[in-house]
Amino acid sequence: MKKQLIESVMKYIFMLAATVSILAVALICAFLFINGVPAMHEIGFFNFLLGRVWAPSDTPQVFGIFPMILGSIYITAGAIIVGVPIGVLTAIFMAKFCPPILYRYLKPATQLLAGIPSIVYGFFGLIVIVPMVRETFGITFGGNGQSIFTASILLGIMILPTIIGVSEAAIRAVPESYYEAAVAMGASHERSVFFVVTPAAGSGIMTSIILGVGRAIGETMAVILVAGNQARMPTGLFRGVRTLTANIVMEMGYAAELHREALIATGVVLFVFILIINVLFNLMKKRGQQL
Amino acid sequence: MNLKPISAKAPPLTIKAINTTSYKDRLLGYIKHPLSGLLFLIVTVAALVTFAVLLFIIGYILIRGVPHLNLSLFEFQYNTTNVSMMPAIINTLIMVVLALLISGPLGIFSAIYLVEYAGSANRLVKIVRMTAETLSGIPSIVYGLFGMLFFVVTIGWGYSMLAGALTLSIMILPLVMRTTEEALISVPISYREGSYALGAGKLRTVFRIVLPGAIPGILAGIILATGRVMGETAALLFTAGSVAQVPDSVLGSGRTLAVHMYVLANEGLHVNQASATGVVLLVLVLLINWLSAAVAKKIVK
Amino acid sequence: MTNKFKLRNVNLWYNDFQALHDVSMDIEANAITAFIGPSGCGKSTLIKSLNRMNDLVEGCKITGELLLDGEDIYGDIDINLLRKRVGMVFQKPNPFPMSIYDNIAFGPKTHGIKSKYKLDDIVEKALNDAAIWDEVKDRLKKSALSLSGGQQQRLCIARALSVSPDVLLMDEPTSALDPISTSKIEDLITELKQQYTVVIVTHNMQQAARISDSTAFFLLGEMVEFGDSEQVFSMPKDIRCEDYITGRFG
Repeated sequence: MKKQLIESVMKYIFMLAATVSILAVALICAFLFINGVPAMHEIGFFNFLLGRVWAPSDTPQVFGIFPMILGSIYITAGAIIVGVPIGVLTAIFMAKFCPPILYRYLKPATQLLAGIPSIVYGFFGLIVIVPMVRETFGITFGGNGQSIFTASILLGIMILPTIIGVSEAAIRAVPESYYEAAVAMGASHERSVFFVVTPAAGSGIMTSIILGVGRAIGETMAVILVAGNQARMPTGLFRGVRTLTANIVMEMGYAAELHREALIATGVVLFVFILIINVLFNLMKKRGQQL
Repeated sequence: MNLKPISAKAPPLTIKAINTTSYKDRLLGYIKHPLSGLLFLIVTVAALVTFAVLLFIIGYILIRGVPHLNLSLFEFQYNTTNVSMMPAIINTLIMVVLALLISGPLGIFSAIYLVEYAGSANRLVKIVRMTAETLSGIPSIVYGLFGMLFFVVTIGWGYSMLAGALTLSIMILPLVMRTTEEALISVPISYREGSYALGAGKLRTVFRIVLPGAIPGILAGIILATGRVMGETAALLFTAGSVAQVPDSVLGSGRTLAVHMYVLANEGLHVNQASATGVVLLVLVLLINWLSAAVAKKIVK
Repeated sequence: MTNKFKLRNVNLWYNDFQALHDVSMDIEANAITAFIGPSGCGKSTLIKSLNRMNDLVEGCKITGELLLDGEDIYGDIDINLLRKRVGMVFQKPNPFPMSIYDNIAFGPKTHGIKSKYKLDDIVEKALNDAAIWDEVKDRLKKSALSLSGGQQQRLCIARALSVSPDVLLMDEPTSALDPISTSKIEDLITELKQQYTVVIVTHNMQQAARISDSTAFFLLGEMVEFGDSEQVFSMPKDIRCEDYITGRFG
């Protein structure tokens, strides 16, 4: 009897543990929305999302986060332009071209790339990429090196491990028979890989890109150190810009009242972006399973 | 049938090793098929760029930072003249222990429920998987905001190690859960059957038979989670705060190494010390990565 | 009668395992040659060495002479052009996950044909030759994976024909298909020998007897018997071959 009791008590303990992640998601949603949505309402939904001016110290205060939305989108797009070609091609290399001896060292290396903390990336960007951009493009285009361009390069590097890992797995999952059929028709190794195997891994590669977008849009510490963080509409590729994430970290330390709530509302907008990406990711995965 | 060799010049017993193409043949092939050559070139260049960037980052951080590593940075007292990282190192260890203490059992128990108790058709399981996936996609700054609103303000702990640790444990929960799940699944069903056949109950089977077999996988996941806690900044700024001392209790504020590095780099006054901190952080992360891979290799054996 | 392939003393190893022992044979042009024998007897290995698909296998070594129209297959030859001349159809239908049209156009595009007009022509001719044109002409842009198994296999034959090869190698092309699709493909193979040299590996004795001109029987990597199909199936010379054909082992 006692044994049975313990069995069933433990079962419920395990179940309870499993529900913690549900609880966590519910709490995160609730607390963000409860604290952020009233501010959006007070500022005016469209004034908040589409307002082009962010001036919390003006009287009256102005809270428009459109510059930050654009900033996040520009930098994410830049990261995709930099990171996706290099990442997907590296994934093809890893899956279909890499000699096994090299692979033993390169595979952990890509995982290492994922393990480096974002603050270390940010610091590297600050002391290496920023001066480099300032010296190369500063004379012609102006700017002090902290810019959309710099942040795009740094984030492009940071999303590499995500893109490489997921794409490589997708390419490896393509049935060998496709490759054999292509080779048997006299297509070279390269042709078979690029025109048959890689397209067949299309949905997996798309998934990797979506995950990369998620990582880029949510990145905070690295971006803060290299993007300049000016809270104004983006004025050029080589000019500074502020992202949604940077907006929160820059001002949360001293914000109060409506200003603070507006920052939380910024977090809500970011969170909604991430949820949309999550839905896209799941759709992509379903499509991948159907094929 | 009796057929004689056709040509005398090709002696029939020369070995043709066929899957090794000489570099010369490959080069000639690329000249004949320039597109193939080009494709080969671009994948190789892309891979070179990726790994060159990795080497450059690690190399640069080390070379820039190592000369600034000196003993005074490891003194127990932090003050404005000596921005010692020792308190931050101790705080990092405390943070890792706290976060793992909370999220380790939670994650492992969740995984046990998912794998051992619930069938895969179970609705709860589907929802748990979905939420875990959602959790793993949430950026750390959003965790930071939530931790601030919930633990710091609503519960009223203020900026504290405990608030930071709880925030981080939610953040690493999906990682611990997923790796444990995979480790449990990889334990052969025959082990379980063997245990049941001896009359052992479910609980005994799970703890005595299944969990021991899954330990390397679980450990590898826990180590990865440790790495994430060590490198985290955004989720800690507004939960654990950035006081540069070792707090008296878990309800005090304290900065970890990554936060320390951010503050130094952001102020711009202590770039050299920031780079030295970068070395320590990077070496720790490299070690963690190596350890996780080494443990994971044990599973294969 | 001309010979397409000449094989002399072919030995083949996968690492330390010897898969073929001293195989010597001539394969006639514009005829159907069948390879039969129990699983693991080397028949698939031999057919794959005719277009060097064995190159994909790690640790594979080969000795002896293999000539295609007098040219050394393992000598100084462009391997991609070799495979263009010697097409292959696999055991399981393996169309690419693309449209029917793109499946067929892949080969000619690979070998440098760019004009849309020419490609259209080739696609129609290949599909016609593989006796599947009427079934798919209205849905060329649809995914090839939407076809039935038998249709997919004929599509794969059409795909092999699209680069106008001399030889068609078929590695158990009907083993994954139902009887009706099988008989369609057998009819097709008999048609194809007008233009192509066909080498087919099969598990199915009746199939070999029905469609092939000559038959080779393999056992444990050795070619035990090779001759006219009629003779091999009615009065085999070797007792092991007779046992296999009459179903006493295998």
